[in-house]
Amino acid sequence: MAELDTSGGGHKKGPGVKKGKKLSTRVDLTPMVDLGFLLITFFIFTTTMSQPTAMKLTMPDDRLDNPDQQTKISEDGALTILIGDKDHIWYYEGQLATDGSNFKSASYNGENSIRDVIMKRKSYVISRNGGSKEPDKDFVVVIKPSKTCKYKNIIDILDEMSINLVKRYALVDISDTEEQLVKQSDAQ
Amino acid sequence: MGRAKLPRKSTTIDMTAMCDVAFLLLSFFILTTKFKPSEAIAVTTPSSVAAKKAPKKNFVMVTIDSDGKVFLSIDNRDIREKVIETVNLTKNLNANDNAFINADYIGTSFDKLSSFLSVPQEARIGEALPGIPCNDTKNELTEWIAAVNKAYDYKKYDLLLKGDNVSKYPSFKAVLNAFKDNNIFKFQIVTNPESVPKGSDLFYNPKSDKE
Repeated sequence: MAELDTSGGGHKKGPGVKKGKKLSTRVDLTPMVDLGFLLITFFIFTTTMSQPTAMKLTMPDDRLDNPDQQTKISEDGALTILIGDKDHIWYYEGQLATDGSNFKSASYNGENSIRDVIMKRKSYVISRNGGSKEPDKDFVVVIKPSKTCKYKNIIDILDEMSINLVKRYALVDISDTEEQLVKQSDAQ
Repeated sequence: MGRAKLPRKSTTIDMTAMCDVAFLLLSFFILTTKFKPSEAIAVTTPSSVAAKKAPKKNFVMVTIDSDGKVFLSIDNRDIREKVIETVNLTKNLNANDNAFINADYIGTSFDKLSSFLSVPQEARIGEALPGIPCNDTKNELTEWIAAVNKAYDYKKYDLLLKGDNVSKYPSFKAVLNAFKDNNIFKFQIVTNPESVPKGSDLFYNPKSDKE
């Protein structure tokens, strides 16, 4: 920064001639820095760095009434996830047992998370069809949201599909028996 | 015995450099900041690992708010014009074209559209609006989407679905049905970005996510 030479010098005045008091040109910049940082914090907090992203979703055309045209899924490779109320989640592998013995509970994260369930099931299906070209071809996840579940839960599960690279999944309406089971378990 | 005096150092620091840095950062943040556009319909979107940015222009967005009410917004004004033409014709509404073109979103049934458009844009509050009737028995969104499809000459366009975290499944399903009835099976869901969890399949094969 430019500074004026305040040390005097230059031409000397004669004795008795009073020197004019030279004021310092240095300004205390501390308040200005304070203000600068205050504004920076303001802008940091108000700025939106993360822009919304778009998740691609492709739905199958399920308006066909003819059951023969419906996609058949192998029982061994199926995993059905039921989304309940209050962030509850249930699943069963293959077909639902009549006594409901394979109807199990899971959570969104932490212990016994649905991600672990999906991963386990996926590796199981892959190990069964180890030799084939597309080992996870049979692996299908059926998502059945109950009427009271939240939009967030559905998106979480759909997101779980992309996290676990599940190629085949379907959003299917819940059946009455399953709805009952979910309700019963919800109450517990 | 005289001791040699140490020269006393000044405690004031030259603030100039710090000031420079502060204002440099400040100008950076001022220039890059984008204030959140005030949204008439408050929606908190869920998060996903999707990395693709949501389109900002020329999109058609269906919004589901926390009460499950459905709103439709069309970004392109030319499309809005075509949509209202179609709707006026098929529904015999006689709705105000210009008001429709200036409206940011539609949130009411067909029979109340005229009165909805007569209210100035600023006075419309998303929460007080009834939303587009969209359920199993009466799905007017289907007709809106049909009009949008026609306005786009049945070509592909960016269809976005933006739902609130707490909205319930039936409204989501009704919207899906409206899409399906118009032969739309591909659309995008607006979400907040989230990092891929460690140890997951996508974490090890990040490229396979791309379609």
